[in-house]
Amino acid sequence: MADNITSTVAEMQPSPLGEPRLRLKGINKSFGAVRALTDVDFEVYAGEVVGLVGDNGAGKSTLIKAISGVGPPDSGEIFLEGQPVKITGPQVSTHLGIETVYQDLALCDNLDVVANLFLGREERSPIRSLSEIHMEQRTLQVLRSLDVKIPSVRTPVMSLSGGQRQSIAVAKSLLRNASVVLLDEPTAALGVAQTRQVLHMIRRLRDQGLAVVVISHNLADVFEVVDRVIVLRLGKRVATFEVKSTTPERVVSAITGAEFGALMEANGNDTAGGVE
Amino acid sequence: MSEMINEKATTASPATAVSAAAVEVPSYMPRQTLGQLLRGDLGFLPVLLTLVVIAIIFEFASGGFFLIPRNLSFLVLQIATIATDSLGVTLVLLLGEIDLSVVAVGTLGAVVMGILSARFGFPAWAAITIGIAAGALVGFINGLFIAVLRLPSFIVTLAAFIGYEGLLLYLLNGQATLIIYDPFINGIAGSPNSFLPWYLGIGLPTLAVALYIGGVLLDQVNRRRAGLRTRPLWQLITQMVAVVVIVEGAVVLFENYQGVPYSTAILFFLIWLILTKTSFGRHIYAVGGSAEAARRAGINVTAIRIAVFTLCSTLAVVGGILAASRETAVASQIDPLLLLQAIGAAVIGGVSLFGGRGSVWSIILGALIIGSLVNGLALLNGTQAAAEMIEGSVLLLAVTVDAVVRRAQARTGR
Repeated sequence: MADNITSTVAEMQPSPLGEPRLRLKGINKSFGAVRALTDVDFEVYAGEVVGLVGDNGAGKSTLIKAISGVGPPDSGEIFLEGQPVKITGPQVSTHLGIETVYQDLALCDNLDVVANLFLGREERSPIRSLSEIHMEQRTLQVLRSLDVKIPSVRTPVMSLSGGQRQSIAVAKSLLRNASVVLLDEPTAALGVAQTRQVLHMIRRLRDQGLAVVVISHNLADVFEVVDRVIVLRLGKRVATFEVKSTTPERVVSAITGAEFGALMEANGNDTAGGVE
Repeated sequence: MSEMINEKATTASPATAVSAAAVEVPSYMPRQTLGQLLRGDLGFLPVLLTLVVIAIIFEFASGGFFLIPRNLSFLVLQIATIATDSLGVTLVLLLGEIDLSVVAVGTLGAVVMGILSARFGFPAWAAITIGIAAGALVGFINGLFIAVLRLPSFIVTLAAFIGYEGLLLYLLNGQATLIIYDPFINGIAGSPNSFLPWYLGIGLPTLAVALYIGGVLLDQVNRRRAGLRTRPLWQLITQMVAVVVIVEGAVVLFENYQGVPYSTAILFFLIWLILTKTSFGRHIYAVGGSAEAARRAGINVTAIRIAVFTLCSTLAVVGGILAASRETAVASQIDPLLLLQAIGAAVIGGVSLFGGRGSVWSIILGALIIGSLVNGLALLNGTQAAAEMIEGSVLLLAVTVDAVVRRAQARTGR
């Protein structure tokens, strides 16, 4: 088991020019008369962090739900490693190695870290009792691979900080051998130090060769950690930026649809609070 | 201070603690105040202290009649029913639900068994099996309404309580007391002629203690070998000494009177195994902690809920049968206090009404406190009125502590 993580890492060498790990093509989704997504393409490569940004109602959540299987699209194609796949439900996406970490993290506060990581898929000894020692070892391995530090893996999750809890939620998806991880607002409601922690962990995920998608309102965080930014506006993909060759201002204007900086000022407070 | 801990962690076992030390940083743990400790690992201390205080008060007030083997043996027999019902209730409480029908269902199962045995002449094993099966069925039906239709467990089990009370009156057909003659049934709860012979009475608990200590040591060795953090030796030794003293002390005490009552102890051991060593037990805690998180982790929350209500009613019938066995009869009159004593024992012991927190051992402490109050007040020729008022106050206190602890944890949690 120890080699499990490292061996998958070896296979997942970044391939910026090859086939994307996950590719969506021509995704459409309507809720009644409202077109939430119109012909949206999306791609994320192995060993890459993509930031998915957009104003409220731009379609970020709808797109994530299409990938995670919670809300399958009306039409469009999804490819995993170039192979067409049909994601009809959350179990399907989990089975394909696509893990979504939602904002509420879905942890059981009363259980310790080990119990939470293995919840629903506990390892058992031949006599069907829990094999705690082995689970604890695996927990330590996974947390170390993410460079996460906590007081003890036997503390209830309740007593951990927000950043540590986020790390536990991500570690949970790693344990399931995820190849694509979707993070929904991973730094919302976190303090400065904890945000650092989580961003550091996202880099570790990328270094392990995973394809990472980060949905965030906080452009400062996005610019610190992602490689590419994909901007949605009113259900359409309007822009893609390489982070190295762009500025937050340009991303903001793509989000708001403003062609000049002037409009930005007016909207600045709610959409681009992180620019400073 | 934090440096000291760090140093200790790295120097203690440099070769083995490598993997743990990379992730676990004990100095990250905020120094706990006494209050926090009492809410966490040492949560049983106030309860234990209460029990000691109660015992001392009654010992003096009764002029030395409380802490004698004869009375303590009675006390344990008296709380056997409370504790067994409480065991089932605890499982339900861990889910954050409640079962008000335990006593009615328990009596119903005992009545079914009694009628089959006394009126129809069924052999003991068949009567007991059918009685227990009836309980399981009743719990399953409760579970269906609560888990599938998502009705409040309070209402469903209240309705069940009233309904099954009526059903057992109907079954008994006006008979107030049904006498049971079957010697096997009358022997299960530990009437004077059914205690284990002394060599088994002493031998079995001692074997259990030896196995327990062996298990703890083996775990310690395995953890060390696996490079995991191990607990300090003094903690282990304290824990083992405490277990040996408590168990062997109890054995000596009971042997000095009639013998060791065993049926309830075996049930407690089984439920403890289920809750701490199996994934089913783990999932019960998970559903109680966060049903949504459990569902997303792929746990079949509905099935867990149904299973727990079924198990609770089954245990209730076992409790009912033990009570019938002790009294060699089933009465149509349900003890009105038993239900609250069963829930009270769990809550006083520290099982949270809000789900996800509590253990089997807390029930024993809680049941001992309630049993001591009832027993001690009876020794003092106290009235039923006084007993009920005191019991009520203790229960209220326990629930208050539970709620305060929960709020405090919510404050310091993040």
